[in-house]
Amino acid sequence: MRQSDIFELIKLKFPQVIQDELTKAIVVPGDQILGIAGFLNSAEFSFNNLHCLTAIDRKENIELVYIFYSFKIRLQITLKVCLPVDSLEIESLTNFYRSTDWFEREVYDLFGVKFLNHPNLCRILNPSDWKGFPLRKDYSYPDFIKKAQY
Amino acid sequence: MEVNVVSQNKDLYSEEFSINMGPQHPSTHGVLYLDLRLNGEVVTDCVTHIGYLHRSMEKIAENRTYTQFIPFTDRLDYVASMNNNLCYVLAVEKLMNMEVSDRAKYIRVIIAELNRVASHLIAIGTFAQDIGAFATPLFYCFREREKIIDIFDEICGNRLTYNYMRIGGVQFDLPKDIDERIKYFIKYMRSKADDYEELLTNNIIFLARTKNIGILSKSAAVSYSITGPNLRASGIKWDLRKDEPYLVYDKFQFDIPTCENGDVWDRYKVRIEELRQSLKIIEQAIAGIPEGPAVVKPGRIYKPPAGEVYLRTENPRGELGFYIVSDGSTCPYRLKIRAPSFSNLAVFSELVKGVKVADVVSILGSLDILMGEIDR
Repeated sequence: MRQSDIFELIKLKFPQVIQDELTKAIVVPGDQILGIAGFLNSAEFSFNNLHCLTAIDRKENIELVYIFYSFKIRLQITLKVCLPVDSLEIESLTNFYRSTDWFEREVYDLFGVKFLNHPNLCRILNPSDWKGFPLRKDYSYPDFIKKAQY
Repeated sequence: MEVNVVSQNKDLYSEEFSINMGPQHPSTHGVLYLDLRLNGEVVTDCVTHIGYLHRSMEKIAENRTYTQFIPFTDRLDYVASMNNNLCYVLAVEKLMNMEVSDRAKYIRVIIAELNRVASHLIAIGTFAQDIGAFATPLFYCFREREKIIDIFDEICGNRLTYNYMRIGGVQFDLPKDIDERIKYFIKYMRSKADDYEELLTNNIIFLARTKNIGILSKSAAVSYSITGPNLRASGIKWDLRKDEPYLVYDKFQFDIPTCENGDVWDRYKVRIEELRQSLKIIEQAIAGIPEGPAVVKPGRIYKPPAGEVYLRTENPRGELGFYIVSDGSTCPYRLKIRAPSFSNLAVFSELVKGVKVADVVSILGSLDILMGEIDR
């Protein structure tokens, strides 16, 4: 079984899901993430390991990247969610995956994405009184060394 | 802070007690701050605070070229720098669809496995030191690690942060007589591994401190995304070197040691066995190393095509992953480091609930975390 097969199976149940051309990632609408996570976590595939969660700042929107793993069918799949920068809110997956507790806190700390229904959403790497979200492209304080020009 | 009255007996008044362990504590292996709530000697709650070593590596990567970021990866897991170098260059090579010569692949395997042995030696030594086997196992482990570091010193001229891997190959070819030295080291290390087992494995004091303590169940290990020896100690036979082979790992014969219970003793035992398997891999790699070019003259600037790549390798502490997003320019658009210790530490506050304070140290030592890659 490959990622494209999983994509077809998800598409049967959630028709709004599309596949990204360049990266072959499965792009999911933000409001359906809970349903899809529940579907993936079910006994059929048992994608019960959320291996990695991160985000990419694309300036007008922020892309969340979920990497799931299934020990049962030995497959890794990548899910993406695009959130517009003016409404950075998404449901937390802590009910399905315990590892997301810290992953989501990290994404909140560095990108400012709010995870709804997270048990303890606070900064994890930066001090709690830190201002701004450092991994955003428009973050400018404190001054960083200038980018190398080649 | 809210104070909970926790007395079982109506006539006795006692309240919850809070102690700060760290950020400066010898057994927290760096700057980790544990906020422990105690009922007598039993831990009722633990809050883990991290971030004291945050150096914003991911932000720095966005302002550096691909070659310039290699030395930064040394400072992630500074006990196994070679493995970090390796994962990063593999990810960049995958992004660029670059082929590497066979000799370079073999050299990378030998180096990575030697570093794994060195890292496990530190894990075992400091763990034994933490639970009270004062100085002896630690000094023995450091004595053996010193020999590996001498080998690395001869290969690349550095002792802790190596900066040895290059995009497309390695920095230097192996020196002429080094294979004899590595062979001698393997022979020497095998007998020393037996020595450690005689000292620790069935030692009655060691057993009392480690057996049935900090049990991590299979389902919790998967749900918390635990990787590496900690996952295998919980009974899941999963090793990237075997299940999704990279480099030339599919050419070597070796086993994946696993245990059943997932307690502190199992995590120690898996590491000892893994150390022996690593020696086995090095032996086969030394015997089968082909001739040919290994050193590349690295370009100063690489411009990978626009795209995204996620690559993970089996590090001594678990699966290290690099998620690199390229926009076709000389610097990464975004670089995410998926550090194994980060997830391994996340489970900690659940493991210590209901154990005695002394066992907190024992469990933390057995998880073998390293703050450099947690805080990044």
